Amino acid sequence: MNEVARKPVARFVPLIVFAALLVFFVVGLAWNQDHNASFVPSPLIGKPAPAFRLPRLAHPAQFVSKADLLGKPYLLNVFASWCFACGDEHPTLMAYRDKFGIALIGYDYKDTPQAARDWLQRHGDPYREVITDQSGDTAIDFGVYGAPETYLIDAKGIIRYKHIGPLTPDVIAKRLEPKIRELEREGT
Amino acid sequence: MRRLLAVVIVVLALASSAAAFAIDPLPFKDAAQRDRFQNLTRDLRCMVCQDESLLSSNADFAKQLRRQIFDMMQQGKSDRQIKDWLVARYSTFILYDPPLAPSTIVLWFGTPAVLVAGGIVVIVLLRRRTRPADAIAEDAGDDW
Repeated sequence: MNEVARKPVARFVPLIVFAALLVFFVVGLAWNQDHNASFVPSPLIGKPAPAFRLPRLAHPAQFVSKADLLGKPYLLNVFASWCFACGDEHPTLMAYRDKFGIALIGYDYKDTPQAARDWLQRHGDPYREVITDQSGDTAIDFGVYGAPETYLIDAKGIIRYKHIGPLTPDVIAKRLEPKIRELEREGT
Repeated sequence: MRRLLAVVIVVLALASSAAAFAIDPLPFKDAAQRDRFQNLTRDLRCMVCQDESLLSSNADFAKQLRRQIFDMMQQGKSDRQIKDWLVARYSTFILYDPPLAPSTIVLWFGTPAVLVAGGIVVIVLLRRRTRPADAIAEDAGDDW
């Protein structure tokens, strides 16, 4: 026990190592709890939205292009009638459509126009305008890989924020609204 | 018995060929182009089903990107150009072989650093052990 008296630190090394491991495990577990592994930061944030020209859901012979939407910020919400999580998101969009303070544009992703129209008729239509991307090719330019996804695009056509997954009141209050207010302050 | 075995073999063969053709057949110019396509898409992540490659995934998203990659190959784009095109849309997360960047330094050098640190600890401990016998009594480091 002489040695212990002389070198007490060495005695505690295993305990310290164990404690360090424990910290790693606990932090790792906690991180996994609230970390969404499917969330991938978009490289398009801060960059111009891709050019697009897509038919309107209401009048498929008419097209909406990126240029048509410039001048005012808007939210572009990627949804589809086949998308289960979009159904979860939908009541939130209905409740917030007038509270965003900017236009909510629907982006019907890989859907048939008829199915989308039926879906909106059944659940309500929160969108000021809906554009349709049946092939999903334009969506690839936006970096879409699942619905729902929501883009905040400013008056100059720059993507300022992107949310992957359903918008919830919590996400809107904590992440989206501060970004919208930021745009308002800039006056763009 | 032999007939049963034959039936089993035929069924297995059909099942495996069905699996092989679950991937949409693309009209490649030649075998070299097909191999290039397979090598490229094997190294790309299917963003929807994140632990699968674009080559093996049956997700709609993967099918669409395979088609686009195929089209770009027909246009004579290089692997580098195709990867850049994908990274511009989906970030480097789509690459299974991540580039060396500030955000990937830990990924690239973390494991070798731990290995080196561990090696140093082992060397130090071994040196202590090989000290003369009278020195060992002084050493509290090896009593655990």
